[in-house]
Amino acid sequence: MNLGELALYSIVKIAILFPLVMLSVAYLTWLERKLLGRFQQRLGPHRVGPFGLLQPIADGVKLFFKEDIIPTNADRILFILAPVLSMACALMAIAVIPFGPSFQLFGYDLGRVQIADVNVGLLYIFGITSLSVYGVFLAGWSSGNKYSLLGALRSSAQIFSYELTLGLSVIIPLMAVGSLKMSGIVDSQADGFWNWWILSPKWLVIPGLLGFALYLISAFAETNRIPFDLPEAETELVAGYHLEYSSMKFAMFFMAEYVNMITAASIATTLFLGGWHSPLPLAPFTWFPGWFWFAAKVFVILFFFIWVRATFPRFRYDQLMHFGWKILLPLAMLNVFLAAVGLLLAG
Amino acid sequence: MDTSSFISMPAQFIAALIFLLAAIAFVAFNVLVPRLFRPIRPDQEKLSNYECGERPIGGPWIRFNIRFYIIAIIFLIFDVEVLFIIPWAVVYRRLYSELGMLVFWEMFVFLTVLGVGLAYCWVKGHLEWVFRDKLAEDKSKTLSS
Repeated sequence: MNLGELALYSIVKIAILFPLVMLSVAYLTWLERKLLGRFQQRLGPHRVGPFGLLQPIADGVKLFFKEDIIPTNADRILFILAPVLSMACALMAIAVIPFGPSFQLFGYDLGRVQIADVNVGLLYIFGITSLSVYGVFLAGWSSGNKYSLLGALRSSAQIFSYELTLGLSVIIPLMAVGSLKMSGIVDSQADGFWNWWILSPKWLVIPGLLGFALYLISAFAETNRIPFDLPEAETELVAGYHLEYSSMKFAMFFMAEYVNMITAASIATTLFLGGWHSPLPLAPFTWFPGWFWFAAKVFVILFFFIWVRATFPRFRYDQLMHFGWKILLPLAMLNVFLAAVGLLLAG
Repeated sequence: MDTSSFISMPAQFIAALIFLLAAIAFVAFNVLVPRLFRPIRPDQEKLSNYECGERPIGGPWIRFNIRFYIIAIIFLIFDVEVLFIIPWAVVYRRLYSELGMLVFWEMFVFLTVLGVGLAYCWVKGHLEWVFRDKLAEDKSKTLSS
């Protein structure tokens, strides 16, 4: 395969995956509103189209044609740059996620449903996602509003604090597989759910489960979801760092948040829940294609995200910091130790 | 047949670069195209900063808690730690067959030193967010006794 073919194949894959991701972002907002409605014994959106299915499109069109307000006191360049940075960073992480096994299109073998299988896959994701804190902070600073600045400060301190746990929680798959490549990690979890790293063999089951729990909790904090939505905190900071944003710029922050949610769920699926492998290597399960299992697992995690939002109140800021530094970080360091000991015992 | 194994690593980064271009194109579309369609009717009130409908009091350059600065510095130390641990984790099994327990003890010592560092920050009160007024506590103690 030469470079031209590779470029062509990646363009085809991007042309398929990119609209799919944007569509799932749009319908994730619909799903969230619908589910929240049900949790609170309301109907949720139901006027626009059947079951309110056209609601995300109506919202998109509305935001597209809205007047865009840039406050006089704002730093114009940074004000425009901030949502661009947030959105671009959120999207870039999608590039290395393995969505499914090899597939064919019009008789051509296009390889895995993964845009770039880079050898530093996981480090690439951590690197890109931690850049998104610049988007948040620049937005808060450039708005020229004290509430935005406070929201941005809180948000960046929160993202810092939980990023450490996030980095240490994924240690089990890395140690056991010995590779940062996303495809390698998925391949190591084939043939049944007992091979998934959440239920790692023998002595590794404790660091596997603990790592998954730590990952999920810090993913909530990284994506600013309830119970960690301190940066927004409507009742005290109005809306936090995107307070002054309107029109498509606001929509971009919103989309970035949902893309980040999908990315976090996809990484959890890839690292701990076997990626696109079916839970049992038996007949009725293997009939479904790989992307179906991937989507199903991601859906379960996203449902959990929304369920938690409907269930828990917001943390207080000192509680958030105590939890991150005094409970999660020592636990994550202990988890590295447990994983190392477990691997020695398992041989 | 898995074609991805034929492609060398730099080529994979080219695929990521193409995706970056697609992402930038999408973002640029969102920034530039609505400009052609949306109304532009600014006025002074609209362009002032939002402060719950009141006239903004003071500027945006406010004082904030020094704790944020301390947390950022502690984060920097521990983030470098994560940066060291991840490569170690990746080669852990491979090096174990060559070096034996040395691989384990090396990281054990490293993590212990960092654990002591975290304990130091904890004891010194750098991880506290609510100020404890010891003077007031002492006063209330003496008053009640």
